[in-house]
Amino acid sequence: MAAHYPALQVVLALLAAPVCLILRRPNAAWAVATVITWISLALALSLLGRVWETGVILYPMGDWAAPWGIEYQIDTVNAFMLVIVTLIGSVVMPFARASVEAEIEEERIYLFYCMYLLNLAGLLGIAITGDVFNLFVFLEISSLSSYVMISLGRDKRALTAAYRYLVMGTIGATFYLIGVGMMYMMTGTLNMADLATILPAVADSRTVMVALGFLTVGLGLKLALFPLHLWLPNAYAYAPSAVTVFLAATGTKVAVYAFIRIFFTVFGGVEIFTAGVIPEILAVLAALAMIGASAVAIYQTDVKRLLAYSSIAQIGYMVLGISMVTVTGLAGTIVHLFNHAIMKGGLFMAMGCILFKIGSVQLDQFEGLGKRMPVTMAAFVAGGFSLIGVPLTVGFVSKWYLVQAALEKGWWLAVAVILVSSLMAVIYIWRVVEVAYFRPPPKGSAEVSEAPLSMLVPLWILIGASYYFGIDATRTLDIAFAAAESLFGGPL
Amino acid sequence: MVFMAVTGFAIARLRNLFGVVMLTGIFSLMSAVLYVVLDAVDVAFTEAAVGAGIATVLMLSTLALTSSEERVSEDGKPMWALGLVVVTGAVLIYGTLDMPPFGDAYAPIHHHVAPRYLERSGQEVGIPNVVTSILASYRGYDTLGEVYVIFTAACGVLLIIGQPKRGRRRTLRMLVGEMRHGMRQNVILRVVSKLLIPFILVFALYVQWHGDFGPGGGFQAGVIFASGFILYALIFDVDTSRMVVPSGVTRLLLALGVLLYAGVGVVGLLRGGNFLNYSVLAEEQTVGQHLGILLVEFGVGLTVAAAMITIFFTFARQEH
Repeated sequence: MAAHYPALQVVLALLAAPVCLILRRPNAAWAVATVITWISLALALSLLGRVWETGVILYPMGDWAAPWGIEYQIDTVNAFMLVIVTLIGSVVMPFARASVEAEIEEERIYLFYCMYLLNLAGLLGIAITGDVFNLFVFLEISSLSSYVMISLGRDKRALTAAYRYLVMGTIGATFYLIGVGMMYMMTGTLNMADLATILPAVADSRTVMVALGFLTVGLGLKLALFPLHLWLPNAYAYAPSAVTVFLAATGTKVAVYAFIRIFFTVFGGVEIFTAGVIPEILAVLAALAMIGASAVAIYQTDVKRLLAYSSIAQIGYMVLGISMVTVTGLAGTIVHLFNHAIMKGGLFMAMGCILFKIGSVQLDQFEGLGKRMPVTMAAFVAGGFSLIGVPLTVGFVSKWYLVQAALEKGWWLAVAVILVSSLMAVIYIWRVVEVAYFRPPPKGSAEVSEAPLSMLVPLWILIGASYYFGIDATRTLDIAFAAAESLFGGPL
Repeated sequence: MVFMAVTGFAIARLRNLFGVVMLTGIFSLMSAVLYVVLDAVDVAFTEAAVGAGIATVLMLSTLALTSSEERVSEDGKPMWALGLVVVTGAVLIYGTLDMPPFGDAYAPIHHHVAPRYLERSGQEVGIPNVVTSILASYRGYDTLGEVYVIFTAACGVLLIIGQPKRGRRRTLRMLVGEMRHGMRQNVILRVVSKLLIPFILVFALYVQWHGDFGPGGGFQAGVIFASGFILYALIFDVDTSRMVVPSGVTRLLLALGVLLYAGVGVVGLLRGGNFLNYSVLAEEQTVGQHLGILLVEFGVGLTVAAAMITIFFTFARQEH
């Protein structure tokens, strides 16, 4: 059976989604979704272990050898992504139960979990596949389900936010598809490894250059690369809490992974990335995102929106790492994928707890929250440290390697940008802390009332993880460096 | 193609959404014709059934809920957007400059994976329609994904507007609603559609089970089958046709279709092959492939038909 883990990784969630639809009971649907997510985590960990020991795993669907059929090709990068997605899912599910009950009408909950499972399957399908068209199909599944989940937010503006995301996301997916179509036209294949061997021969043609352009813009929209990020703040701010946690921690990360995969594997044999203007353009956009989005975050009054803008800045860090085109830079990006997922997941969970108790995440509602919800706010502060990049946190680890990579390249300006953007993070986190701890609670408010344990425990698991992997980062760093080296090793 | 360009321009200019919907239908029909000219009958069939047929009906039922006149937004940035569109178009044309010439027998797509599909699918899969063997077997996993996209869309519609909402419900009966009223009075329409519906359903079944020999398959069949029901609902009564297919049943079929497809894959896995290997379903490889393809196509048909019916009725119910 172990040979079939690659297929089961995605198919289990695919099978579970219609089962939820048939069950039609909120608790049963939740139980199915939780168990499936946990099994998926176990599968992902075992796949990562196997890749670590024996190298790339190939799994041809329907036993049709690539490039005629669709093949899963799992190397360290894929396996690491699978672990990130399923890990976040596994922690979010227990949290979701109470949070979803509070934010979504009961008769819709079973459909919500059906959507969540489809989204999970879509993200895993993107992360695992070795076929560029198959990636598109699963991108569609994950995008459609995330539009739907975002639109379920209590605020009326959630619908507009979801619609905006739908328009932008569809353009992104279409651009990606045009890029894939052009590559197919010039090579006659859709398999990533096969593309990587054939592309260099036709790389001079305008068609391939334009294909690369469309792929870059398409995926740039999906991962919210500045200035294509406009859909993100509202989508994250108005979505239901559990959705925000899951999507913020996984959705854009998987898009970043797809970006890396296209650039370093599919176009791995082509010189355009190592010599050309693309890295410079990416670096400038990344720097603008880091400074610009952090500056906007400072002026937000909705704390969920504030964190959303901070996510755009963090995506800037990841793109900066990619744009360096060095092993250290790429490893910094990959480790930051994981690190940012756990710390941002934790911070958005804290928002979920506050929304659950207070009913709002506007900054003025935070007055005295340090006393009223001490456990949640302590987690927020701890997560905030990580976002800033205080030593002993995961945020520090990622920034340390990104700075190191920038120094290797002699990019002093990039180092300055990382530092300035971290200082700005201090400001926007401090604003929240100040209101929560140094202003008295409004009169007539309840004394101490904390969110239920089912929400606090997952919150502290993520926050704890962001310290655990900050103090002992060898494991994640080993994986990230191995992944980065394999990406530079040319085609699979 | 000139007609397509003109239609596209008209769609962008026209402010009456009712007209826009009709024009998009025409646009789809013309692209279907174009696909036939390019010898892609299967694609043409899908475009005609989905683009010109069901999509138009769904857009009309959306119009029934909203307004049929577009509001001109004041604060737009038209020059900005126009510039972006022009740049994108220019880049696309620039990209096509190095494309292999149209109909070039030496183009890469004819020399890498395609030859094996054409030469060996007869022995390996054993059905005459190569397109079907690629879609359902060689790249069957993509097709499974596509069916899931439709499944997701149907569930999404159910999730967003399927449940009775708290508070004020929109009870607008706009243009199409009234037009339907008119249509229901029309004897000719009633008689003709009564005559046609059985044939539509039979044709759908033909397309479903004959997809391995001629153009067609589960996608097209599902859409045609659903359109039979939708026609009945449009001409006669939404509630009566809802009695034939209650929402519980469509919901069940929606789930069963994808479960059947994925289930066939799992059976292949249990019988010693990889996921979606149909060859191991029977003693002989081609028999197994044939069986597998028939089953998954049936799964596709079920989900697609159920999804279309679900989406249409969910929209239609909003009216009342």
